[in-house]
Amino acid sequence: MAATEPTVDDLLPLQPATFHILMALSEEDRHGYAIIQDIAARTDGAIRLSAGTLYRSLQRMLEQGLIEETEDRPAPDEDDERRRYYRMTKFGATVARAEASRLQELVRMARASGFVTRSAPRSAV
Amino acid sequence: MILYRALLRLYPASFREEYGREMQANFARRWRLAPHPIGRMMLLIVALVDVLGNAPAAHMDIVRQDLATAWQTIRRARVLSATVVAVTAVGIGATTAAFAVADHVLIRPLPYHEPHRLVKIWQGDLNGGRSEASPANYRDWRDHARSFERIAAYQPLSRNLIGAGTPVRLEGAAVTGELFATLGVTPLLGRTITSEDDRESSPLTVVISERLWRTRFAADATVIGRSVTLDDTAHVVIGVMPARFEFPTRLVDVWIPQVLRSDQYVYGNPFLNTVARLKPGVSREQADAEVRAISQAVALANPQVNKRQFGVALSLRDEVAPQARALLWILVTAAASLLLIACTNLANLLLTRGLARQKEFAVRAALGAGRHRLVRQLFTEHALLAACGGIAGAGIALAGIPALVRLVPTSLPTSETPAVDVRLLTFAMAITILTAIAFGVIPAWRISRQSDARALHDGVRAGTGRRTARLRSSLVIAQVSLSVLLLVGCGLLLKAMLKVQSIDPGFRAHRVLTLRTTLPLKKYENVSLRHQFFGRVIDGVQALPGVTSVAYVSGLPMVQRGGIWVINVAGFEQLPGEERLASLRFVTPRFFETLGIPLRSGRDVADSDTQASLPIAVVSESFVRQYWPGQNALGRQFKIRGIDWTIVGIVGDIRFRGLERRSEAQVYMAENQMPDRGLSGYWPRELVIKSDRSLEALLPAIRAIIASADPQQPISNVQTLSMVLSDETAPRRVQVRVLGVFAAIAFLLAGIGLHGLLAYSVSQRSREIGVRMALGAERRTILAMVMRSGMQLALAGVLVGSALACAAGRWLQALLAGVSPTDFASFGGAVALALFMTAVGSLLPALKAVRVNPLQVIRAE
Repeated sequence: MAATEPTVDDLLPLQPATFHILMALSEEDRHGYAIIQDIAARTDGAIRLSAGTLYRSLQRMLEQGLIEETEDRPAPDEDDERRRYYRMTKFGATVARAEASRLQELVRMARASGFVTRSAPRSAV
Repeated sequence: MILYRALLRLYPASFREEYGREMQANFARRWRLAPHPIGRMMLLIVALVDVLGNAPAAHMDIVRQDLATAWQTIRRARVLSATVVAVTAVGIGATTAAFAVADHVLIRPLPYHEPHRLVKIWQGDLNGGRSEASPANYRDWRDHARSFERIAAYQPLSRNLIGAGTPVRLEGAAVTGELFATLGVTPLLGRTITSEDDRESSPLTVVISERLWRTRFAADATVIGRSVTLDDTAHVVIGVMPARFEFPTRLVDVWIPQVLRSDQYVYGNPFLNTVARLKPGVSREQADAEVRAISQAVALANPQVNKRQFGVALSLRDEVAPQARALLWILVTAAASLLLIACTNLANLLLTRGLARQKEFAVRAALGAGRHRLVRQLFTEHALLAACGGIAGAGIALAGIPALVRLVPTSLPTSETPAVDVRLLTFAMAITILTAIAFGVIPAWRISRQSDARALHDGVRAGTGRRTARLRSSLVIAQVSLSVLLLVGCGLLLKAMLKVQSIDPGFRAHRVLTLRTTLPLKKYENVSLRHQFFGRVIDGVQALPGVTSVAYVSGLPMVQRGGIWVINVAGFEQLPGEERLASLRFVTPRFFETLGIPLRSGRDVADSDTQASLPIAVVSESFVRQYWPGQNALGRQFKIRGIDWTIVGIVGDIRFRGLERRSEAQVYMAENQMPDRGLSGYWPRELVIKSDRSLEALLPAIRAIIASADPQQPISNVQTLSMVLSDETAPRRVQVRVLGVFAAIAFLLAGIGLHGLLAYSVSQRSREIGVRMALGAERRTILAMVMRSGMQLALAGVLVGSALACAAGRWLQALLAGVSPTDFASFGGAVALALFMTAVGSLLPALKAVRVNPLQVIRAE
């Protein structure tokens, strides 16, 4: 049905939302709302994904094979049957690593150009 | 919450099914966490912005994905896709072209200021006939009618232009000073003719067309104020009209003032075309009633004039002959039928293919793709095909419009070819969308309904559901009936064309060349001068190799259809004028020989017939039949304009008014016996040459001869008489050809549709057929079974199609030249063709059914 599976290079550079979602899923499987909350916490509230952006990203990432839906659910008293849980795939982890090294390389070049001072403030990507 | 749920409906259904509940749950949680009304308001606003931004993007995600998939599917099935695109293109192209022409001729407003307020006023009679207006009637309407803001008159004319390159014959119009103001048009350069210009004392002026300005005056703006010679008279150019101004016909290049002398205001001589602009708020009907009342009041006061005559005001937009109108509707109907056939055919084709892809869809459904998603995917695929077809169809339409335009002779004062503009492209787009819906949505919906998990199992034969089968059969029946409709229409028009072509015009056009030299009025006022010119041309041409005979005549048959006079024959004066009409032509000797008109008795006109000798005439047989049936008419006399003319010869009748019209009796007179002044409309101007050489071979020599007779004399209307004759049936030939092409395509499509349906049903029923054969059914029985189902569909189609054709026949009547709209041969032919097509279409599937191997089929189960 779909076109040929994408390679790592096809997907780079990642959209910021995609990278954030992958980071949110790097520790554990999460459902949609938890992903939003995790990103907000991680960026001190600087980035708060809207529901539409989140679910459109999730849909695309599922198709690209970066994440998958998981059947492992928390204990029933913590669960909500309306929720879907997502897990990062191996491919997703590879892509995330590739994106990170791309960004690292970018920062290295920026530093060589004198754009980055030692005490560069933390900023959202 | 309800609000949020409603907002979510903006997302694609598949997205909503997937994430909607979770999104609602998230929203509900945040709603609870924000008890403050302002916080909640903010939440709603953020949600609104989010949905408005993301929902279209989600739709686009799917469209992009579906397009990519569709493109792959299309590339995988290249032949099928190309077929779909070609069929759509033909349907859309034909319909768009037909619409363009119909819209141009029947609907679109004319290119004048507030064209709906423009009317043309005719002189009507009780029989429904109408003619131009006499100057006196025009004056009465102009002076007494209150319905009009302005009223103007014009008459067509032609003039020789001398002094701007080689002499040339120009078409033009003499117009009263109000004409340009009535139409509400402005010139490109200079000024238009006004009421200052149409008085007897006014200097002679002329307004020229943009075309003439460009071709003869090198688009030079200093042309204004220059003097040009029209028929030996100097006129000052006062203005140039823009290219889009084509009034009264598109051939017109010069407009000169129409001067009406006071002695010209009589009731008996109708020659003025009258246009008027209604006052705002006045309806055409009110104006019509008013001009009618004015003419009748005149008749009451003066019983000698306007007997059975009255004014008739018609919308200028309606200057379209009923034949042209009928033809256009037929054209649109035929094109729409073609599009319908194309759509039904494609719907069936895609349905068949979709059912064959059932397994693919079932797999996708099992993987979680919802029905909406499948329908959408299929629709995108079909819409993409339709869009390609639409683009190709627009191309076909652009190429086809010029051909269709030739089909519709119009008398509209506007350009010949419809403009290709937004309106036309919108139409093409609209029908492309309709087409996409017709052959895209229905099959997509149908297919998706059947795509459940059951189709995963091989044993389930998809698409044999009774409702689908019925839908598919109805589509084939619709195709057959529409193609029968088109075939019958085409047959009727073909028969009408053959009938008209077989009419004997009374003269032989073969190997006759003609050209026109219209002599200027003042220079050739005297007969002797004209006779000298004709003599030099005739003698010169006669001496050319290959030329058999040469003559001059005042009007060619089929070209000059007027020239009708009332004849006075002793003993018949009590007959009303309309029953004593004859056409009058002035000829030089050997005219009858040149045109192959048989001389029945007596003699031809001769050079010895001069102003000094006895006035003589040659008349046609019908003239003799009318007044002296069964008697010798030679030596008898009749009167025209108070002069007695003696009949010296009798010739065969010709159809000078056209093949399809009744012509009056004909009277021919010697050119050399014309009076010196007057009758300028009857001066011979058409040179006719019988020769076995081609026109091209002779023309240079003829030009040289005419130039040596008068170097300032232009030549125009060079053609063969065969061309004139063939022009008579040209519209019919184009009609038959266009409808023939439509019918052939429809026929082919219907055949393909029938074949496709049967082939599919045979492949679906192969198990049943195998079982039957295993149980001892003979091959013959199987063959008959398949053929029978084809024939049943065809017969249903033929019945419906014939009924449609009977109903449509009434529309066609105006074009049938007396052929009955229920003509047996046309219906029989169409039915026979449809049955033949069915036989051919069902034979292959039937043979395939016969070749089914019972063992294999059953083993495969």
